[in-house]
Amino acid sequence: MNTKTNSFDQAPVVLSVEHVAKSFKLPTEQATGLKQAFINWTKGIKGYKEQRVLRDISFEVHQGEFFGIVGRNGGGKSTLLKLISGIYVPDKGSIATNGKLVPFIELGVGFNPELTGRENVYLNGALLGFTHEEVEAMYDDIVAFAELEEFMDQKLKNYSSGMQVRLAFSVAIKAQGDILVLDEVLAVGDEAFQRKCDAYFSEVREDPTKTVILVTHDMAAVKKYCNRAILIRDGEIAASGDSGTVSEQYTLDNLAQEKKDAERERERLAKKAEQKYPNGLNERCPILKTIAVSPQVCVSSEPFKFDVEYQFDEDTDFYLAVAVHDIRRGGIPYDTGSKTFKMTKRGHQVAHFELPLDLFNNGEFRLLTSLRTPNPNNDEITDAVAVALDDNACEFVIRDPRNTKNYALLSDRAMQITQLND
Amino acid sequence: MNKLIESIRERYGYSLVVLRGLVKTDFKLRYQGSFLGVAWSVLKPLMLFCVMYVVFGKFLRMSDGTPTYPVVLLLGISSWQFFQEATSVGLRSVVDRGDLLRKIHFPNYIVVVSATVGSMISYAINLVVVLIFALFARVQFTWRVLLVPLSIIQLYALALGVTLLFATMYVYFRDVAHIWDVLQQVLFYGMPIIYPLSYVTSRGGILAVLARLELINPIAQAIQDIRHNLIAPETQPTIWNQFDQWWVKAIPLLLTVILLWLGVHFFRRNSRKFAEVM
Repeated sequence: MNTKTNSFDQAPVVLSVEHVAKSFKLPTEQATGLKQAFINWTKGIKGYKEQRVLRDISFEVHQGEFFGIVGRNGGGKSTLLKLISGIYVPDKGSIATNGKLVPFIELGVGFNPELTGRENVYLNGALLGFTHEEVEAMYDDIVAFAELEEFMDQKLKNYSSGMQVRLAFSVAIKAQGDILVLDEVLAVGDEAFQRKCDAYFSEVREDPTKTVILVTHDMAAVKKYCNRAILIRDGEIAASGDSGTVSEQYTLDNLAQEKKDAERERERLAKKAEQKYPNGLNERCPILKTIAVSPQVCVSSEPFKFDVEYQFDEDTDFYLAVAVHDIRRGGIPYDTGSKTFKMTKRGHQVAHFELPLDLFNNGEFRLLTSLRTPNPNNDEITDAVAVALDDNACEFVIRDPRNTKNYALLSDRAMQITQLND
Repeated sequence: MNKLIESIRERYGYSLVVLRGLVKTDFKLRYQGSFLGVAWSVLKPLMLFCVMYVVFGKFLRMSDGTPTYPVVLLLGISSWQFFQEATSVGLRSVVDRGDLLRKIHFPNYIVVVSATVGSMISYAINLVVVLIFALFARVQFTWRVLLVPLSIIQLYALALGVTLLFATMYVYFRDVAHIWDVLQQVLFYGMPIIYPLSYVTSRGGILAVLARLELINPIAQAIQDIRHNLIAPETQPTIWNQFDQWWVKAIPLLLTVILLWLGVHFFRRNSRKFAEVM
């Protein structure tokens, strides 16, 4: 992967984006009429608020690269794409392209239901910047790829929606541009269609003259096709480099976002109940927190180190219990048991732990710690005093090149099924 | 010279390709689903002409009494219709093509130009009809016919300038469409199109002076020039034979240039933001 990334550094730069910033005016007043505009003007109302979508974006794409732009919804991906395509003009900074750029913000731009398939191909081609002769040269290829030979003289309104998509996509991929800009195009179509896209992208990937810029939030696609990617968060580049690293960062981002969402939800609940302590904690145990010591993206060959911070002042025996949750697959792969770690120090303390990961495949995990006291009536069981939930829980992901198939939790190193001879 | 052509082609090649595509599509779709199809672009002005001729020429007797009057009337109506159609369709063109402008980058002015060029095609068809009528009416053509294309170019420049101006405003304020509808009526009756100018001037007094001022309107001046040079040099008054002061004669030409410049400038300044505003 790395060697591939480096090999493009020699190739000429076909797209350079320098310190691009963009903001939009979101109308706060409805001002679609002269009257309203006049009233606003006399009252001195601006009628909009500024929304900064992109703050400072700089990157370069070299010829032949398959470049990914990823980010969460509303992160500014599409705005960046429209800036690259020239539909929007940046407030600050500059964008330079070298070569014919063919943008696909949407398939079948300008398709008109009253025109025939043939006329639509020519119109669509013209809008993408191809002359009549150029479209003529591509025409047979387009029709063959779409498998619509006998329908080309039918009006588009008589096509099924699947046929329309096929035609639009054929135009898109047979268009002989130097730089292709694709926005989530992969998300449409049935399985056969997706397979076709897949074959096409694999082919383009190998072509050193074609550059593709793909905007998506599908990590699998990024990992599969892109040699390089950037992650956009809150209008800035949060990560850039080879697609593996970026997609890991993206996964972490999503974890953080989930956490934030959960926090918001909890705040809402807390407000409702007028609670003084975070969810899971109480006055007996005001602090209980699981803290990652190792990096949160780890390889399975090294154990994961973490601390538990707690405060407990009662004059009784108490224990810490840790459960490992598998976020994606579900279930609890491991639990320490309630009486394994008997704590001796009272007050505000920190205990250190480590967890071996070698058995696991790649995955996302969460550690939930509980502080427990013995049940006065039954010696066998314990009562939970507090649980470290939400913000107090600790999350980590395993991304190890040794793990090749990540469907199951346990790796081949942990166990393998062997066939018995009859 | 070749280099110049090459660089022009490079710069405007894409625009031309898109323009051709849009004009073709518009023309194909204009009479979509109608039985007579393209024939309507001839039939419509003809029918309108019949109504006007009967009402103004026969009932109200506004004719100047010359044998070429019906052809002059037809030519005037066709020319005005071009101007009216170009501006009203062009005014909405940017908004109507909003889906395109938001998804693909191409010079925005193309949509306005394609709308006006579409009207120009209809106008050309109408002019052919007028010429046929003129032959039937035994019009004596003179060397002045050569000047007609200049006036048509002027009329187109006027239409384009006005359209660019109003299309830009329409993106922000939809009221403009209604305002322009009313303004068009004012313009139409403020020009000697359905009535001969002599009809007003012959009444004498203050009205005659005011009527002559109608020719300062560049649209009226252009249409009168077309009528004068193409059909009836003897009967059609133009600004050139109604006024002696050179500066009065220069006003309509100056207005044309100013309008076109204003339209282009105003449109270009705002067109970068169209995709975001809509």
